[in-house]
Parts: sequence; C-alpha cells; structure tokens
Amino acid sequence: MHCRPPPAVQLRTEYKCMPNSSTDSHPAAPLPVADTDVPRPLPASPARTESWQQKAADFLRAAGAVVWKDLSAERRSKELVSAMLVFSLLVVLIFNFALELERSRATLATVVSGVLWVTFIFAGTIGLNRSLAMEKDRGSLDGLLLAPVDRSALYFGKAAGNLLFMGLVEIIILPVLSVLFNLSLINPLLLLVVLLGTLGYAAVGTLLASMAIHSRARDVMLPILLFPVAIPVLVASVKASAAILAAAGWDEIGPWINLLIGYDVIFVAIAFMVFDYIVEE
Amino acid sequence: MSKSDRNLQILNVVTALLLVAATGLVFLYAPRETSMGDVQRIFYFHVPSAWVAGLAFLVTVIAGIAYLRTHEGTWDVVASSSVEIGVVFALMNIITGAIWARPIWNTWWTWDPRLTTATITWLIYVAYLMLRAGIEDPDRRARFAAVYGIVGFVSVPITYFSIQMMRSIHPVLFGPANPLAKGSAPLTPAMLQTFLFCLFTFTVVYFCFLFNRIRLQRLNDRVEQLKAKLLSA
Amino acid sequence: MIETRSLTKNFGLQRVLRGVDLAVAPGEFVALMGPNGAGKTTLLRILATLARPSFGQARVAGFPLPAGAGEVRRRLGVVSHHPLLYGDLTAEENLLFYARMYGVRQRAQRLNTVLEQVGLAARRRDLVRTFSRGMQQRLAIARAVLHEPEVMLFDEPYTGLDQDASAMLDGVLRDVAARGRTVLMTTHDLARGLALADRMVILSRGVIAHSARRGEIDPATFGQTYASVVN
Repeated sequence: MHCRPPPAVQLRTEYKCMPNSSTDSHPAAPLPVADTDVPRPLPASPARTESWQQKAADFLRAAGAVVWKDLSAERRSKELVSAMLVFSLLVVLIFNFALELERSRATLATVVSGVLWVTFIFAGTIGLNRSLAMEKDRGSLDGLLLAPVDRSALYFGKAAGNLLFMGLVEIIILPVLSVLFNLSLINPLLLLVVLLGTLGYAAVGTLLASMAIHSRARDVMLPILLFPVAIPVLVASVKASAAILAAAGWDEIGPWINLLIGYDVIFVAIAFMVFDYIVEE
Repeated sequence: MSKSDRNLQILNVVTALLLVAATGLVFLYAPRETSMGDVQRIFYFHVPSAWVAGLAFLVTVIAGIAYLRTHEGTWDVVASSSVEIGVVFALMNIITGAIWARPIWNTWWTWDPRLTTATITWLIYVAYLMLRAGIEDPDRRARFAAVYGIVGFVSVPITYFSIQMMRSIHPVLFGPANPLAKGSAPLTPAMLQTFLFCLFTFTVVYFCFLFNRIRLQRLNDRVEQLKAKLLSA
Repeated sequence: MIETRSLTKNFGLQRVLRGVDLAVAPGEFVALMGPNGAGKTTLLRILATLARPSFGQARVAGFPLPAGAGEVRRRLGVVSHHPLLYGDLTAEENLLFYARMYGVRQRAQRLNTVLEQVGLAARRRDLVRTFSRGMQQRLAIARAVLHEPEVMLFDEPYTGLDQDASAMLDGVLRDVAARGRTVLMTTHDLARGLALADRMVILSRGVIAHSARRGEIDPATFGQTYASVVN
C-alpha cells in the first residue's frame, strides 16, 4: 500500500497509513538478501514480554543508574552543590541585613522559618535548572532518551538526584542557621518537614525544569513557572516549621504535614503521567 | 462571506446587545444596596469575571489534554486562545475586587484566600503565556503548554486550600470577613436576576471572544502557510 | 531491517522530509549522503526513535515506529556527533552507566570486551574530559555496541577527526559491520562512503534522489553524479 502525503503543508500532525500499532508487536520476516557479498546478518530477535516484577526491576535499575551517574559526576566536579551552598549562605546574609534579624524570641520561630525556606527555594531553583540544563547542553539528553527505559524512570532518577543535592545543601545550612540564630534546628520533626517540602519542590521542579531548558529565556523561565505552583509547599513548610520551632502542639503542625504529603503524592503522580509528553518529540 | 464567518458576525452583534442590556440592568434595574451603596454594583461584573476566567482555564486544560491525545493542532489553538481571554478576565476580576475593596475595607488589598489565590492563578497563566512565547517548535510548544496547563490547574485548589488553612489555624487579625461569600450578603430577587443575567452575558462574551480569537489564529496560520509556500517555491 | 515508506517530517510549516522511501537489508551497510539541510539528521533521529514522523511509516528491526519504540531502542546503537558521554566520569564509568541503562548482562566482561575492541582499554580509568575528539568518538562507538545491537546508526561520525583518528575509526567501523550488523551512516565524505559502504544513497531536499550499489558505481565519476543530483 503506497500512501501519499497531503499536498500542502498541514499544521496537523497525522499518522495516516500506519499499521495497527497496538497489535503489531511481532517482527516481520526479514527482507530477502539478494546479494551474496553481504555478510550473514544477525537474526531479528523477538519482542520480550515482561512480568511486572521485571518491569519494576528495570525501572529501579534505570532510575538508580541515573542517580548514581549524577552523584558520581557531581562528586568530581562539585559544581552544583558548591553553587547552591554559596548562594544559600549569601541569601542568609542578605536577609540578615535586609530584615534586621535579631528579633525577640516570640517572632524568632516565624522569621527563621521564613528565611530557611526562602533560602532553600532559591538555592533549589539553581540546582534544578543546572541539573537539567547540563544534560541538554552536552547533548546527553539524547543518550538518556535512546535507552530502552521507561521515560518516567528518567524522571524519577533526575528528581531523586535533585532531591539528594538539595538535601545535601540543607543538611549543611541547617546547623549554620542554628548557630547564627541561636536556635536549634536539628529536630527530627523539622527534618521530616524539610524532607517533605523538598520532595514536593523537587518533584514539580524537575518536571518544569525539563520544559524550561528548551525555552529561550531559559534561566528565568523555571522560577516563573515554578513559584506560583509551589506556593502550597512554601506555605505548608513555613507554617509547619514555625510551629515546630515555637514548640506548638500537634494541632498546629499536623494539618500542614498532611497537606505536604497530599501535595507530594498528587504532583508526583501527575509528573509520572505527563513526563512522557515532555520528552517524546 | 462564509457561513461560519456570518454566524460569528451574528454572535458579535448579539453579544454587544447583551452587554448593553446587562449594563442597563446593573445601573437602572438593580436596586441600590443598603450597606455598601452604589459601589456594590461592581459585584455584577466582578463575580462573572471570575467565573469566565475559571471557565477559560478549564477549557484550556481540557483542550490541552485533547491535544496530547490527538496531536490535532486545533486543540492547541483553542487552548491558547482560551488562556488569553482567561488572563484578561482574571485581571479584571482582581482589579474590580480592589476597586470594590477600597471604599468598603479602606484598603486596596488584603491577603485573604480568595484574592490571593486569584492573583496566583493569574500569575500561573501569565507564566503559561510566557512559556509559549519562549518555544519555537509548534508541536513542542503545544505539548509543554498542555502539561503546564494541567500542573497549573491542579495546583489552584490546593493553593486556595493551603491559604485558607493559614487563616483558620492562625486567626485573622485584620480585615473583615469576605463579603463575596455567597449567602452572607442577602440578594433581593431583582439583584439575583441582574446577577444571573450578567453571568449569562459574560459567558456569551467569553465564547464570542474565543471564537473570534480562534478565527484570528486560523487566519494567521494560513498567512504563515502561504508565506512558507511562497518562499520555498 | 530498516524500512521507511513516504516518511514525512514537518517542523511547524517547514517540510524537512518529503516522503522518503528507504530500505536497508539486514547486514547491509548504507552510506547516506547529501548536502546540509537535506534532512539526513532528521531521518536518522526518526529512525533512532528520538523524533516522530509527521506522516508515513517506518520500521526498524521489524518493529514499527513510533509504536514499537521501546523494542527498537533495545536493538539500536546510535553514534551521533554529540559524544553522549559524561566528561566528569571515567571511560569505565560512562560505559557502566549505559550498561545499566540498557540492562546489559555480565557487565564487567562486556565492558572489557568493548574497550578492547575500540582500543581504549589502557585509558579506561581516565576522565572522558581529558580524551581527544578521536578517543571520545571511539568510546562513543563502544557505548553504542555495548548491548550488541542489530542495527547501528552513525550520524557524521568523522566530524572533527584528524587523519589518524579517522583511520582508526575506519577500522572500528569495518569491524562493526563485519559482525553482521545493519549499518546506516550519514556522511559528507564521498570517498569514505564509497570505501566502507555496500550501498550509497543520496538524500536531497527531503527525498531519496539516488541509490546505487558499490559495484555499480565508478568512483571517478561519482562526484559528478552527486553534484548533478543535489542541484
């Protein structure tokens, strides 16, 4: 069957004359080789049918490989974490001068909580942007896309890597802030909030960064896209952190943690569903 | 003139007439509200604006998902046209809200949940337009816009909820309760009729703008097509 | 092994491929030539599952695109002019990463084998950012054959290589082809194409303008044939 393409350039992309792809999973018979000087070809191997356990294993293996790769590269170059760390310290410094942060104990919890999260959010944006921009600039994005892995495994690996990098910076910044404000920030509940908040931010941030890197105004595109959508994370994290630092009761902390968990679950689920559409041309 | 163009012309005329009628109703038919005075009449434009913005963004999400499924360019045209209209009406909503607030609460702005969420929503869709503007390839632009449309749309109720929680856990220390809450301000039958008519009119205005914008985009695309053919010949 | 029918690709209003009909038999080595802008890279990207066709059909290793992309990727090795390597990792680590991504069995063994094949065993612990362009290209080929693909796509692999590196690449390519793989290589270099390939295909302005087997071509006049076809 010979198909003719439409005469004028159409704006619609159509897949006309494609065989019924859903049922077509078996390879066709190889074309007959007419020439005798062509070497013996490799036989076409049949499609693999996989159990869900195998698929899950493949998924984790691929995501794990991406995380390992990012960590190894970062360990050598240290560009990402050092940039985020220095930037965080500078932000704290600027806040110190801009807001006269030596305050009464009563408002200290609120102020420190605010400074903490603004710092994490700004530094996180840098990490998110660079992590994906580096892949695109080197062209290695294609290398990832060529691999026979689920696209969401790539997303998961990248997001997990970003989470780890942000986490690393946060673990360093928390004691620094404790010292600067004379307020202990090493508190298991607070660490939980930091984890949940960073998770939500990294999840949505990785998704949006993978779009932002293709845009013209690339550096500023990610914050523009991310900040409005990450407001719930910011609100919940700041409020929960402030309540924890002020030693408030569970009534004031619990609902925020629930909100964070809800946000994380919803947006990780959405990211899994839509990531394919971002990377498939 | 083609049939659809003629229908559109009729729609334009009908819309204009409805708007005149609505304005008339608002200023002449609806009674003067006792506590707030004439400024309350803004309510008839303020709430329908919010409604249109919400409708517009809903259409965008649906059109975006439809594009991701079918890759038909028409869906993308619908999505982008709808967002433009939504952004304008969302801004109108915020501004009319501020105009209303000034004499009533003596402030242009409060950080109450509805107003804050409305502003954040407006910013999300402005970001949507900026994303579109920054991407050259049409297919990629449509796909990314659809994805961001979904992410943005889902985040709005969560944002509203989180800000509202902020108010309830830490009681509001400033600003009165939101006078826009339905049922709190009693509406007389005349007011209700005016309100519903305005709601209807604004919906018609939305569709009128939408179809006009879609037509404009189609013509624009056709011009680009012809240009491309001319240059490649 | 590779088949396309009326393959068309539009970027917005620009039509880059205008109905490409191509067939590469299993084990065949085809050199795809053509001027810049003819659509060679676009065609390769579609076959590599990195882009979708706007119209028409394509099949690689028996699976249709884009529906069977996952299966195709397993059987495909791609060398593009981006090295697709991570400069901050060693050669070994790069290969290990891709071995994991492709689900390669007996990784350590396979790594040794391919490093030997491309002659980089001695530099395996060195950071890729210290490699010359020629060495990077060789490592890129090692990466591409790691999972023993049936089909290989090369996009202008000789770009930026000096004499020695090119000669080495010749050897590696011949080796790759000798193992029965189907190869599609795009190149600017007519002489090289003639030296390596079983068949020469010329792509011009988005369509296949000419196709000839090596035995049918007179090297002396091929340059003229090429010039007349692309203009």
